[in-house]
Amino acid sequence: MAVAPNMRSSWPRVWAGIAGAAGAAVLLLVLVFGLHRDPGAIPSPLIGRQAPEFVLPLFDGGTLATPALRGRVVVVNFWASWCVPACYEEAPHLQRIWDRYRDRGLTVVGVNIQDQDRLARDFIARFGLTFPNGVDRLGTISIDYGVYGVPETFLVDRKGRIVHKYAGAVTEEMLVSEIEPLLADADGASP
Amino acid sequence: MMAMLGFLSLMLAVGCAAGGLVTLLAGHRLRHDPARAAWGRAAAAGLFAGVTLAVVMMEAALIGFDFSIRYVAANVNRATPLLFRVAGLWGALEGSILLWAWILAALTLLVAVKYRGRHPDLIPSVLTVLFGIALFFVGVMVGPANPFARLPVVPPDGRGLNPLLQNHLLMAIHPPLLYVGYVGLSIPYAFAMGTLLSGQHRDEWMTLTRRWTLVAWTSLTAGLLLGARWSYDVLGWGGYWAWDPVENAAFMPWLVATAFIHSSMVQERRRLLRIWNVSLVILAFLLTIFGTFLTRSGILASVHSFTQSLIGPVFVAFLGLVMVASFLALLARLPQIRDEGGLDSPLSREAMMLLNNVVLLTMAFTIFVGTIFPLIVEAATGAKVTVGPPFFNRLFVPLGIVLLMVMGLGTALRWGRSGAEEMRKLGWLIGITLLTVTALGFAGIRGAGLVALGAVCFVTVAQVGEYVRGALARRAATSESFPVALRSLFALNRQRYYGYLTHLGLAIVITGIVGSQSGRIEVQRQLLVGQAMQVGGYTLRLDGLVALPGADKLVVAAPVAVFSGNSTALAGSPGSPGALDILRPSENFYRQARTPVPTPAVRSTWRQDLYVVLMAFDPAAQSAVLRAVVTPLVSWIWVGGTIMVIAGVLAGWPSHPT
Repeated sequence: MAVAPNMRSSWPRVWAGIAGAAGAAVLLLVLVFGLHRDPGAIPSPLIGRQAPEFVLPLFDGGTLATPALRGRVVVVNFWASWCVPACYEEAPHLQRIWDRYRDRGLTVVGVNIQDQDRLARDFIARFGLTFPNGVDRLGTISIDYGVYGVPETFLVDRKGRIVHKYAGAVTEEMLVSEIEPLLADADGASP
Repeated sequence: MMAMLGFLSLMLAVGCAAGGLVTLLAGHRLRHDPARAAWGRAAAAGLFAGVTLAVVMMEAALIGFDFSIRYVAANVNRATPLLFRVAGLWGALEGSILLWAWILAALTLLVAVKYRGRHPDLIPSVLTVLFGIALFFVGVMVGPANPFARLPVVPPDGRGLNPLLQNHLLMAIHPPLLYVGYVGLSIPYAFAMGTLLSGQHRDEWMTLTRRWTLVAWTSLTAGLLLGARWSYDVLGWGGYWAWDPVENAAFMPWLVATAFIHSSMVQERRRLLRIWNVSLVILAFLLTIFGTFLTRSGILASVHSFTQSLIGPVFVAFLGLVMVASFLALLARLPQIRDEGGLDSPLSREAMMLLNNVVLLTMAFTIFVGTIFPLIVEAATGAKVTVGPPFFNRLFVPLGIVLLMVMGLGTALRWGRSGAEEMRKLGWLIGITLLTVTALGFAGIRGAGLVALGAVCFVTVAQVGEYVRGALARRAATSESFPVALRSLFALNRQRYYGYLTHLGLAIVITGIVGSQSGRIEVQRQLLVGQAMQVGGYTLRLDGLVALPGADKLVVAAPVAVFSGNSTALAGSPGSPGALDILRPSENFYRQARTPVPTPAVRSTWRQDLYVVLMAFDPAAQSAVLRAVVTPLVSWIWVGGTIMVIAGVLAGWPSHPT
């Protein structure tokens, strides 16, 4: 096939190449930046505040009062048995966090909301959850914590301040990276 | 079991895509090697078989409520009707990618089989590109977006589809149509890249991909139209287009594909715009990937951000890879595909098509900037900004008017160089348009609307003129009657005459847009049962509140009697004698949703739509808050859009040689 010989200088091609590559690089960087933010995220006003105290009637009898947990790092997890699939994904992770850190000064507290007793108990049994778990019957705890949907998880430091809020399923890795510095901070000073 | 089989079939698909890619790449230097071509075909068949099996497994799991699979549990519950269980395949990220991969695998196999033994130095390169794209999509599914991922404990019931999606039948077909459009554009892309890779051809790919591009364009058009209709029927604000990031993401490839359909004719006819066409096709393909990324990464807040995931980085990487590879290939072959000649005259059809390309690309660029601008600002300054409809509307009105003028001119002028005959034609066109504009001006239409309608008239007369002239010439030559001659035009040159029909459809759509943007009357009132309200020449009376429990939702409807005229005497009168219509706007309470989803009721005529939304109700007080919107000419958009789609289908329909 006859092809027109290229008599022109190759410089315009080089410049076009550089310009195109630069434009593409900028675009990709903007997209990468975009991935690091959540357009729907509204920062919780509770971060840095004292965590609301509550008394939780537990599924296996007895109650849990949060003032008794002062000095421990607390993971407060709001969940429901109908919350598919997020609550099902995170339950084993929460149990692993409890197994891993309970002897190092951490408590996981499950707060079941808007659920039926039988289904909630079934959920706990099937996942073999052993951390304290109770029902927020009147919904006052979830109102105090400003819970919008399930699951939501709050991380409370030794001094009882809310350090972090997670909306959606948490994983062991996500929690570990936040928990370790809080536990290391034995005297409760802010990390 | 199904999860296992599904995942294994995806692994098979990955193997076939990778195998096909490697075989063809290795054979790239050896031309005319039948054995390798056969391997390529076998790999395409294996890819299709693997993905098909995965789709079957996923559908079986969705239909059979296999909640051990995370995707099923997240998108279906026991109350979900069968249709929406089937449609659950494209209700969220992983399933959408599976559907995408399935369409791509089918097209790949089709290319492999259809061109078997033909173009032996081009098709292997084309298949190489298709295998590369397919490998990405099936690879994503065995990696970060595995549709068959399991839950540690099987939940007793699933969550169910987003109610906004489940609330309308169109949701069952809108996404697949868009996907066929998106994926369809990878065929011209693969042919363009194959042409560059093989280094042997310059113009053949135009003819080979013409029909593929038409099919993709028609699907995209239908998908956009249905999306607009869904927005109108479900979202309850009385509009059909919001310049939402994801609407924009689908609109950009449509604009570029439209540009390509026109400029490809210039290359076929005149052997011009080669580099331009390759660039357009690369751009269109990149925009489809970008569109999928926008829809599914959750990078921008949107009504479409139903699903968010960690798949974003993978897509950005793929986007970058495609950009670099396409750009390098283009750069390397630039000397071979350079045009030899140039335009003969600015007064020619090809000059107008070039101008049309410039306008369409400016539109696409405008949308791109408007869509991505908030991200750029946030990256640079940290401030959150939004770009709203005023920005887009301000730029699209003048651009749209220029586009219409160019459409009219392009239809009236001829290829090469226009002569005295075309000038006479133009004189007539301008004369009729000026007369119409004057008449519309006397009828009270002013401003941008008048200019736009003038441009619509110009386009319409230009298309109708072509039909009339063509039919008259044919009648003179064959002594057929005028209607018969008109029909033979379509048979003789489908793409040309159905092309004019899409122009006419677009003219109708634009008339609808101009009308609906010009005068919108909106009234919101709280009414007791028996009370009435007025809106734009209608009287609406609330006749009651009805609760209808369904399997998957509770529907509360408010029957509203519609009367014409501003009569208040009707209020409170029993029965509805003389009512034009009874509308039943409703609110639907799905158990998986916190807030009810409204279903507006619409009374549509060719002149205007009456759109009634039930905003709130109080059963104890027997009262309801109704919002009523009267918008002129909305139905023209659906009619014109349907004409465009039908014309697209017929233009691409295989013609039977008689």
